[in-house]
Amino acid sequence: MNTFGWLVKREYWEHKGGFYWAPIWVSGVMLLLTLLGIVVAESAASRIEVNGGIPWREISERMSSGDFVHAGTGLDVAYVALAGLLCVVFFFVVFFYLLGALYDDRRDRSVLFWKSLPVSDTSTVLSKVAAAVLLAPLISMAIATLAYIVLLVIVGIWALLHGINPLPAIGASHTLGLFWRFLLTLPVDALVALPTVGWLLFWSAYARSKPFLWAVLVPLFAFIANSWIGLMGLPHLSKEFLYKDVISRLLFGIMPGWWLEDGGEKFRLTRNVFRGDDMLEVFSPSHVYGLLATPGVWVGAIVGTALIVAAIWLRRSRIETSS
Amino acid sequence: MSAVVHARKLSKKYGTTVALDAVDFEIEAGRIVGLIGPNGAGKTTALKAILGLSEFDGELSVLGLDPRTDRPKLMEQVCFIADVAVLPRWIRVGQAIDFVAGVHPRFSREKCEAYLGHTKIRKDMRVRELSKGMIVQLHLALVMAIDARVLVLDEPTLGLDILYRKTFYENLLSEYFDENKTIIVTTHQVEEVEHILTDLIFIRDGRIVLDASMDEVADRYSEIMVNPDKAEAARALNPLSERQIFGKSIFLFDGVDRSRLAELGEMHKPSIVDLFVATMKGTYA
Repeated sequence: MNTFGWLVKREYWEHKGGFYWAPIWVSGVMLLLTLLGIVVAESAASRIEVNGGIPWREISERMSSGDFVHAGTGLDVAYVALAGLLCVVFFFVVFFYLLGALYDDRRDRSVLFWKSLPVSDTSTVLSKVAAAVLLAPLISMAIATLAYIVLLVIVGIWALLHGINPLPAIGASHTLGLFWRFLLTLPVDALVALPTVGWLLFWSAYARSKPFLWAVLVPLFAFIANSWIGLMGLPHLSKEFLYKDVISRLLFGIMPGWWLEDGGEKFRLTRNVFRGDDMLEVFSPSHVYGLLATPGVWVGAIVGTALIVAAIWLRRSRIETSS
Repeated sequence: MSAVVHARKLSKKYGTTVALDAVDFEIEAGRIVGLIGPNGAGKTTALKAILGLSEFDGELSVLGLDPRTDRPKLMEQVCFIADVAVLPRWIRVGQAIDFVAGVHPRFSREKCEAYLGHTKIRKDMRVRELSKGMIVQLHLALVMAIDARVLVLDEPTLGLDILYRKTFYENLLSEYFDENKTIIVTTHQVEEVEHILTDLIFIRDGRIVLDASMDEVADRYSEIMVNPDKAEAARALNPLSERQIFGKSIFLFDGVDRSRLAELGEMHKPSIVDLFVATMKGTYA
């Protein structure tokens, strides 16, 4: 393995709790709650909605009535829900990971150990970018997929207990198709995440204390100041532009797939999939990669790259923190 | 052989505070140099500049490289232990060894494991489970397994008990040091490094006040224990310092003829500590 590989591995060692255990625990709890819900629904013979995104009622009713196509759609929704849940976990984990990435080792002075090794600051910072936009999402996706497979086993057992063959429903779902489409969204996610990655790494490298406050309060004050300037009747940026195109891209850009909603009507269709729309359509490559035709993505990528370069530059000589 | 470290007019300011004031020095290969000075004298600033950890003004080359721009390359040949307990607390011993082995071309895993074999450190332990002394043992094992040309130690034994401190320097001398290596060490525990140093640099208020080999120091400085009746005669020779013990006066002289001093009383080789105290008189006043 080369130096860069070791650097990424180092990130994994240090942040295994967030990158690996957090999604495992969350999806485990989700599956457990679903299982409990099913058991309760069965024993009470009632149609309790098993909450949390997995449309159990749809799946079980359609399977019972032999509507395997829509049962399969229900399974697709469950897969997307599991993945979506882990996206939320991912957001928090990676947000705080990036804020600490170039700060924590300065605070505990272990930066002096890392800097005593023949590793350039550029590789160090880029390894943290790679951990955030490649390693962590891949682990998250793998765990979501495993959790979905466990769910399929649960559904299968339930079906067999009711004398239903689960295979037609599973066959009507799009497990593999969705899996590939999720994978295909990762490069776009990474590109869209660049401004946030750069913004958080920049403050992580810059702050002598409390990188979180810098990263969050600077945009907040900019927003408030802009509103005041507006109230005074002076030229200012539109609130919507500042929030949607600047602040949320600097702070929330690492949320996987958040741009799908922005990309048009398609994402809202997930709520209407039972009316016959195809889940695959939402994540279709032409839809996902259509985003690349919008200039905002590239402007953000340039800004993000500039911020990462600034973080590398700061990393060169900024070692002390105030604590 | 050319100098390992070559500094000309090396300066560093923090705001209006001058940490290093245009200092010149050379460090030759195969030496063990003590960089000694009171708190805030500029020792750490000088080391940081040498290690490429901070910006500076003036001219500085280490092994022919500019530490500011060539730090990654420099660190293949330079190791440092900066203070105790800078190993990341979350890392496991085995991971630390794997990582250094992965990124450092001159690291020998066998050597490192052999050193650790003499300690109570096990590979599955995390650094945060180790005592301060064990962390330093681990750090030393990692560093001694690297075939580097320069080793920089910044207060390497601060806060350790006497057993760890003694074995630290013993290991360093017996298993690591040879004529191709250079060691630069800063410490306040001067008496512990005194017998291993080959060269001495005293630094005070950002300036170098003494830069000499230990042999030169032994030639230049002498300490005399004088009975009260001859004390006045000794004072007339302009001693660096005077202190009283058991009713006798002990004088430290710089460059005064030995034969004249021998008439006054009993001659001793001055300790570095006494020399240090005499040189730094009034630093905090």
